[in-house]
Amino acid sequence: MTYNYPDSTGHFGIFGGIYMAETLIPAVEELSRQYLRFRDDPEFKTEFAYELKHYVGRPSPVYHAKRLSDDLGGAQIYLKREDLNHTGAHKINNAIGQALLAKRMGKKRVIAETGAGMHGVATATVAARFGMECIVYMGAEDIQRQAANVFRMKLLGATVVPVESGSRTLKDACNEAIRDWVTNVESTFYIFGTAAGPHPYPMMVRDFQCVIGNEAKVQMPEMIGRQPDAVIACVGGGSNAIGLFYPYIEEKNVQIIGVEAGGHGIASGKHAAPLTANAKVGVLHGNKVYLIQDENGQIIETHSISAGLDYPGVGPEHCLLKDQGRAQYVAINDDEALAAFDALCRFEGIIPALESSHALAHAMKIAPALGKDKVLLVNLSGRGDKDMNTVANLKGITL
Amino acid sequence: MSRIQLTFARLKQQQRKALIPFITAGDPSPQLTVPLLHALVEAGADVLELGVPFSDPMADGPTIQRASERALKHGMSLRGVLAMVAEFRTQDATTPVVLMGYGNPIEAMGWEVFAKRCAEVGVDGVLTVDFPPEESHDAFEHLQAHGIDPIFLLAPTTNDARIEQVAKLARGYVYYVSLKGVTGAGHLDLDAIAQKIPQLRQHINLPIGVGFGIRDAATALAVAKLCDGVVVGSRIVQEIENSTEQNVVANVSKLVKELRSAVDKA
Ligand SMILES: Cc1ncc(COP(=O)(O)O)c(C=O)c1O
Repeated sequence: MTYNYPDSTGHFGIFGGIYMAETLIPAVEELSRQYLRFRDDPEFKTEFAYELKHYVGRPSPVYHAKRLSDDLGGAQIYLKREDLNHTGAHKINNAIGQALLAKRMGKKRVIAETGAGMHGVATATVAARFGMECIVYMGAEDIQRQAANVFRMKLLGATVVPVESGSRTLKDACNEAIRDWVTNVESTFYIFGTAAGPHPYPMMVRDFQCVIGNEAKVQMPEMIGRQPDAVIACVGGGSNAIGLFYPYIEEKNVQIIGVEAGGHGIASGKHAAPLTANAKVGVLHGNKVYLIQDENGQIIETHSISAGLDYPGVGPEHCLLKDQGRAQYVAINDDEALAAFDALCRFEGIIPALESSHALAHAMKIAPALGKDKVLLVNLSGRGDKDMNTVANLKGITL
Repeated sequence: MSRIQLTFARLKQQQRKALIPFITAGDPSPQLTVPLLHALVEAGADVLELGVPFSDPMADGPTIQRASERALKHGMSLRGVLAMVAEFRTQDATTPVVLMGYGNPIEAMGWEVFAKRCAEVGVDGVLTVDFPPEESHDAFEHLQAHGIDPIFLLAPTTNDARIEQVAKLARGYVYYVSLKGVTGAGHLDLDAIAQKIPQLRQHINLPIGVGFGIRDAATALAVAKLCDGVVVGSRIVQEIENSTEQNVVANVSKLVKELRSAVDKA
């Protein structure tokens, strides 16, 4: 049986779906219709490919982190360099795809939520590129953690709206973006930043991000004569991960590993790892997924040093891949991610995003016990420039 | 006949429109919710919408968001809300109570247990903002098995095909959201409502309540003329927010009496 999700109603097994207020349902249905119409349109595909090549700078290279691998003394670690994309992360792949769709739907105003600010920057960038008004919702807590990205968005002409409600992080920014959308549903396109939310977003974001895995599937045989033994990516909502994983789902010899934010450790309760912590199924932000919540179904505040992983849910396709056993999900704690961050700086001269450092940390954890002929492909989803303040603070340094 | 049906049948006979106030359970504090519910009935409420607080109220504006936060700070939960309805029912056997909120607290309890508890404590209807008909099959099986009415929202953006779909599942009454936006927004468009209601009536045989954006006696009267019931939420919650624990019941009561006399002019 071949893997073919979501079904026509947007479900990945029991997960996914369209759990939205009535006012937005027609908008989401229209988005599905338009996406399905343009997805296979040759002109749309050509324009998307052109933007990815000439504006984003794709294909992103695969890099053999040889000094790091030698130091670990086991499996070889390869990096898919999404950090080299224009704007510094994988987020731009999806933002361009959605902006091209917005353009075809005649929408002149785009909105977005952002955590680390990378999706906000990507959206502000494409809005400038295509001449659209751009509003980005960002938790007040994240605005402090990611001040440089806030400034970048403003330079690009976007309006950044601080969100003071709830935990003042990514989930609250999502709530506020949804409130904007319900109010301005006719004029506005919501450029959602991860492979979650109501159908068709999990599918559409996956499709736009699949360029990562599709390129890797060509690049790996060119470099090592075969596919890697495992593909590894960090999982916030799950967009960079599904972008790498999806093209490998039918490659049964390739292990798939998603890395969640373990924060202070699963046992501490201060984490953002719904899959690893066996969170209960719930409904938030338009989809049914594994969700960090209390016994009364209230969403609990999460914790991670990386704002981009600090989210209580996870995309529906990852929930399904976990249940099917096709992918494994593990958690990496704050301090392990920081150690990996340092190691990549020192051994390879690459400063990774704290989010991506989680994926790298897991690769570094398992590499020593594996043979030198084994190959781990890590998605380096973004670069660490945005994290300078956070890392300096953690090291007790004021910039 | 259910309490909701009896209420609307009585109103029809009296040629009156329903007044349907909303408050959030546990706001401003759990001890005041049941007294507030009785005060609402005394001041002229026909149906009570009781909000179940949720950590992420995506369809609500700042006023009801803050009410949810206050209630959750007091430890309010779905279980607690059901206990409040049980207490309310010891002194009021006739006024319909509709729980309104988001799906996740119910998912966490389980729809079967929830529906059974609703029937036991005397809940009449359930409105789950983020569960459209497409995702509600299990939910409705359980609600219907226990005689609880699923109440649906319809919006200015809802087309004929969807109205038809809702018409098949809805019981009790339907709740027309009068504007594109969150609760508490200001831009009420009476002409648009006047145009939409006949479209809804082509498909829907149930009473139609209209809410969102009703702020005072004048807007309540104007809306009441167009439909079968007027839902007032944020304005009442705002009154609660601006009151002290000592005068909140009296203030809310005064406001609802004003709304009642306005609605009775329709
Ligand atoms: C560099 C980077 N990696 C990963 C993520 C997590 O998002 P996702 O799980 O959707 O890839 C973010 C989110 O902000 C990010 O900026």
